[in-house]
Amino acid sequence: MSALFDELPVILGAFWLTLRLTLATAVAALVLGTVLAAMRVSPLGVLRTVAATYVNALRNTPLTLVIVFCGLGLGLVLDVSFSESLSVNYLWLSIIGLSLYTAAFVCEAIRSGINTVPIGQAEAARALGLTFIQNLRHIVLPQAFRAVIAPLGSVLIALIKNTTIAAAIGVAEASLTMKSLFERHQEAVVPIFLGFALGFLVLTLPVGLLFGWLARRLAVAR
Amino acid sequence: MKTPLLLLTMTEADRSTSLVSLEKVNKHFGALHVLRDIDLDVTRGEVVVVIGPSGGGKSTLCRVINRLETIDSGSITFDGHSLAVEGRALARLRSEVGMVFQQFNLFAHKTILENVTLGPTKVRKIARAQAEQRGMELLERVGIASQAAKYPAQLSGGQQQRVAIARALAMDPKMILFDEPTSALDPEMVQEVLDVMISLARDGMTMLVVTHEMGFARRAANRVVFMSDGQIIEQAAPDEFFTNPSTDRARDFLSKILTH
Repeated sequence: MSALFDELPVILGAFWLTLRLTLATAVAALVLGTVLAAMRVSPLGVLRTVAATYVNALRNTPLTLVIVFCGLGLGLVLDVSFSESLSVNYLWLSIIGLSLYTAAFVCEAIRSGINTVPIGQAEAARALGLTFIQNLRHIVLPQAFRAVIAPLGSVLIALIKNTTIAAAIGVAEASLTMKSLFERHQEAVVPIFLGFALGFLVLTLPVGLLFGWLARRLAVAR
Repeated sequence: MKTPLLLLTMTEADRSTSLVSLEKVNKHFGALHVLRDIDLDVTRGEVVVVIGPSGGGKSTLCRVINRLETIDSGSITFDGHSLAVEGRALARLRSEVGMVFQQFNLFAHKTILENVTLGPTKVRKIARAQAEQRGMELLERVGIASQAAKYPAQLSGGQQQRVAIARALAMDPKMILFDEPTSALDPEMVQEVLDVMISLARDGMTMLVVTHEMGFARRAANRVVFMSDGQIIEQAAPDEFFTNPSTDRARDFLSKILTH
């Protein structure tokens, strides 16, 4: 147990990185996923095809592959660089990989939300003279989001856990830190594991509760 | 047949004041031919009521005018311009043609006042304060001002439909299309909506109204258009149409609805 307390600053630091990875990815994936969902319902066939292909490709590729590609493929081979510091660079590359992957799931959640909005809502907006983009922005997407808050919560929980894959390219988030602590404190692997597992619960459980509450609170009465 | 006569007696000046003009419009839904060679002119200030049996193409006729439905052939002109196919020009046309739906279609996530101000602020780019002031005046006019902060689901059907009319009016449209505006209402709420429509007609609004309300047609219409099987069978002034229909199909339809 003492190992756990001795290493508390290290552990908290690792979870702080996990949290930053999660937040940065969540914002990027929400934006990209929304754009993809808009493309999937757009009147232009080519946009629909591009978005559908993207979703099918990313949703069906293992996240580890995506992260390793971003880290080694983009980072090492293609020399994509965001920072002089190697660790900061890999952090950004892992955010890119996580965002590209998570956006596919966000897109599908939002698209199912769009399907719950009655067609008359969009027709009334068109009849007022709103353009396609205005219609999505003011009428369809706000109602679609409210319908899929709970599923988006699940995507966020999955994302929090998926950040551990960034360990594959050496980002020192919680799981990689746990691995190095195992090596340093071989007598205490069980408490260390339990500590990290508890740390993830502290992050994920409130998300589930918060999104469930938001879903009930923001539901659209019809 | 009254149709050709009516067209022949129209002078060139009459024609030029047409707000909407449909020529040889055809529309199919799969194998179903819902609009067959429709010719129809609506002049400024005119109230045209479209009646006829269900499935006769009345709603489709209403919906092609602001291109919520596309047409297969023929032409539609509105205010001297032929109907744009898509994009901003189409959005501009739609902003000039109000529409009131059978199912109201108020924006469920917006308050009553927001429903009425959305079009003016987003499409016409009018300042919010000004749009809200005008919105409240319109809600006052349809008798819903006290409900402005509520959401659509908190209102009765009749109230919702009156808000929908106020929403259409907020755009200062050149014309309003009504697609069976009272068909989804409980009977006791029909009159409150019709009263608003009658007052609009009295004020000179150009209206195309698809309805089963013969009372409204008698009181407010300048012309009744009878449609069946995708065709305009006859059209005439309401008195003439109801007392002395010229076609068997119209006589048959009237005998079915007016006897009970």
